[in-house]
Amino acid sequence: MFELISQHPFIAALASLAVLGLAFGSLLGFAAVKFKTEGDPIADQVESLLPQTQCGQCGYPGCRPYAEAIAEGDAINKCPPGGEATINALADLLDVEALPLDAEEAAVPSVAYIREDECIGCTKCIQACPVDAIVGAAKHMHTVVASECTGCDLCVEPCPVDCIDMIPLPTTVQNWSWELPTPAEKAVEKVTGDDLIATDRTGAKRDQAA
Amino acid sequence: MRKIWDIHGGVHPPENKAQSLGRGIEPAGIPPQLIHPLSQHIGAPAAPVVEVGQRVLKGQMIAEAKGFVSVPVHAASSGTVVAIELREIPHPSGLSAPCVVIDTDGKDEWIDHSGVDDYSALDKPALLNLIRDAGIAGMGGAGFPSAVKLSTRDDAKIDTLIINGTECEPYITADDILMRERADQIIAGVKVLQHLIQPSEQTLIGVEDNKAEGIAALRAAAEGSSIEVVVFPTKYPSGGEKQLIQILTGREVPSGGLPADVGIVCQNIGTCVAIHRAVTHGEPLISRVTTVTGDACSAPGNFEVLLGTPVDYLLNLGGFHKEQCIRLVMGGPMMGFTLKDTSVPVVKTTNCLLAPTKKELPPPPPAQACIRCGMCAEACPASLLPQQMYWFARGKEYEKLEDHNLFDCIECGACSYACPSNIPLVQYYRASKSEIRKQQQEKVKSEHAKARFEARKERIEREDAEKEARRKARQEAAKKKATAGLDPVAAAQQKAAASDAGKDPAQAAIEKAMAKRSGNAPEESDDEKRARLQKAVTTAEKRLESASTKLEEARASDAANLGALQTAFDRMTEKLGQAKEELAQFLSAESQQTETQNNAADPAQAAIARAQAARASAAEQSPLEKAQQLVASLEKRLEKSEQKLQEAKAAGSDTADVLEKSTTTLRDKLESARGELAQRSDSEAPTEAVAATTDPAQLAIEKAMAAREAAANMSADEKAKKALESLESRVKKTREKLAEAEAGGADTVDVLRDTLAKLEEKLAAARDTAS
Repeated sequence: MFELISQHPFIAALASLAVLGLAFGSLLGFAAVKFKTEGDPIADQVESLLPQTQCGQCGYPGCRPYAEAIAEGDAINKCPPGGEATINALADLLDVEALPLDAEEAAVPSVAYIREDECIGCTKCIQACPVDAIVGAAKHMHTVVASECTGCDLCVEPCPVDCIDMIPLPTTVQNWSWELPTPAEKAVEKVTGDDLIATDRTGAKRDQAA
Repeated sequence: MRKIWDIHGGVHPPENKAQSLGRGIEPAGIPPQLIHPLSQHIGAPAAPVVEVGQRVLKGQMIAEAKGFVSVPVHAASSGTVVAIELREIPHPSGLSAPCVVIDTDGKDEWIDHSGVDDYSALDKPALLNLIRDAGIAGMGGAGFPSAVKLSTRDDAKIDTLIINGTECEPYITADDILMRERADQIIAGVKVLQHLIQPSEQTLIGVEDNKAEGIAALRAAAEGSSIEVVVFPTKYPSGGEKQLIQILTGREVPSGGLPADVGIVCQNIGTCVAIHRAVTHGEPLISRVTTVTGDACSAPGNFEVLLGTPVDYLLNLGGFHKEQCIRLVMGGPMMGFTLKDTSVPVVKTTNCLLAPTKKELPPPPPAQACIRCGMCAEACPASLLPQQMYWFARGKEYEKLEDHNLFDCIECGACSYACPSNIPLVQYYRASKSEIRKQQQEKVKSEHAKARFEARKERIEREDAEKEARRKARQEAAKKKATAGLDPVAAAQQKAAASDAGKDPAQAAIEKAMAKRSGNAPEESDDEKRARLQKAVTTAEKRLESASTKLEEARASDAANLGALQTAFDRMTEKLGQAKEELAQFLSAESQQTETQNNAADPAQAAIARAQAARASAAEQSPLEKAQQLVASLEKRLEKSEQKLQEAKAAGSDTADVLEKSTTTLRDKLESARGELAQRSDSEAPTEAVAATTDPAQLAIEKAMAAREAAANMSADEKAKKALESLESRVKKTREKLAEAEAGGADTVDVLRDTLAKLEEKLAAARDTAS
């Protein structure tokens, strides 16, 4: 045996490679079975970034299906409720280029409101609501639980009497936020329409101009 | 001399405090209208407890606290509530919020109130409640509910109580004037806090060294107490809570932590006065000292102003010249915000109204590009990297901002002040902070929506599965029905016949009797009918079996449809009974037919057949398996007896002998059957004796046997007599039945009448022959 190996180094090399291949192959195979990942971790991560309005504006029946589609390679710019922020987050996560939103404009956060005098109690909106945010019974007035409404506007379409309005959420003291200032470069252009020079700091130039 | 630590960074803007210190605290008086916003503090807005048109007294609670982090609101003077509506409030957004508006009546009538004589007798919760009910929120600027801040956990040991008299921001002198004029009240309030907090080591009042007069007054008032007034060099922003703690103790409050984490509680001087007034006099927080200053005011000064007083009323007292003022600021020049409207009220956190001229506080020159000079980082009191955060904020890289401890920024504005490019750095941080908070809220909301969506999905799936299961069950049932009876009409007829026969034994008997009398055989093909009936019985048995297994399973798993299965099972049992009865009836009819054909009416045989039919129906009531076995054996026996009869028919001439033989065999069989039955009932029920005697089949058989034996020994006369007697009894019975039927209004009345008439005819004929 030893003689055979020493006299035929080529065979020895082949044999050792085969043995190594077998050993590591089986190791990999075992690891693949043992540490098998349950579910789709990428889809999970994508889903955690989506706004969960379940509005279906992306063309998928809910956020999870869209997350799965993104994990499969679909475009990341189909979520109007998420807007630019979601696209940027998705681009970050998947390391792809952030595309402009594939819709006219990002959805304004809003809440459905049923004009209760006009409601005929058909329960169609109740069946359409993806988060069970509409309460009511057949032939009785329905109403939207505003705190649970995601503003997906899926209830607007089925209403036979068009008594559902999407009301943009009002800005209150509680949800008001400071606005990001216009960056220096742009602000300068806006004010002077010109490049800024050092003396502008005192406002001298503008005073003269005025 | 106590050691004073230094804080990182800080700036030295012009102080401009002297202007407003020329006069003492002046009462602002009662404005014609007071506007009380429901949210003057951090936390949940208070809920109004008064109605429009209601007269309220000074110090009366007009809105109660909602939730733990909330404080009530009190009327600052007596008057009438004229509106509870949205009014513009002092807020950087310039937005409106719910307010209680009171038209004052000038009487300034106090509600009944009284202080606590000895607060040291009160325990901590009682004292905290008192402070909370007095509506006290931090008066330094943030407006955090004081009771919440003071309700430290028992496990967090507090060694130091710090009173913040720093007032580091330029222009503001409200705390300075309080120290000068109301040092005794401050010290009294601090003593209440000492009792409440029980600091184990020290109580410090930190004051910047630019307030010499105030320091002197405080030291005089604190003489002889354990309270120490600590003076340290003036620098902005030493008055920040975390900064003051660091200056006085050298301890740093951890990022995202509270002062209590390092054993310290911090309160503002103004809050101490409010607590003192609340505890000793029972007065809620309805007024405060506010500085009115700036070059656009001809008479700057400090005013004791009722909360809710419109800003323009207060400004008039300060000699405000609107045309000179470039912008009206609430708070100081560093951290204050511009008021868009002068009709907004003074609130609990309003420490200053600054009305600067254009010269005094020029509008910020346009921002230039960041040159990365690092002066902001040098100025930052929280040791952050403002220029770095500036770039992240511009790029909306919120994660990196958080990594750079954006939330440790106290928004003091030192970086903006130091920036040579005039970049409004603090604006960037404020905007980013609110954006991050918004995202966090949205995250929470989206998680919630997801949970609800998934719950709904699950519910719909479950409902669909249930529907599908029901649909399948129905399909299965339909299939079974189809296999059980190919012709539904025939099945229905069969069922109807069975139910008829089962329901009315009298009618069945009449029919039988009629058939017997007329000597006509049923018109259907007997073999076919028998086969069909037997098949019906076997399929019914099968179905019953499967139903019982299903029922067992359902019982084992405690399924919801147990009730339905039970009903189905019962129904099937009933059906099986009907089918069996029908079969038995048919068979008995067949045997009768044989008899008539044979012209050898054997009452015993008929009786046996009838008895068997009866027993079959009786067996219906006994447990299923037993009944099945019983019926099976009975069927076998019946078949055998039929065979015997066939044999008898074949033999033809001497029927009596053959019949004798066959009945002997039958008797043997019955004996054995009886034994079996007895055994079974022996093993199964203690009511064996009863069951044995009440078995109608056995009884009938015995009776029939006796009758037959008697008949065999009888002469022709005797036979006739017997027949007459039996006929008479039958007529009597039929009459009774008729009466019953008439009384019950049954539809069998006509048939019964008919039968009775015929029986009477027969009786008359029999009498003729007998005589």
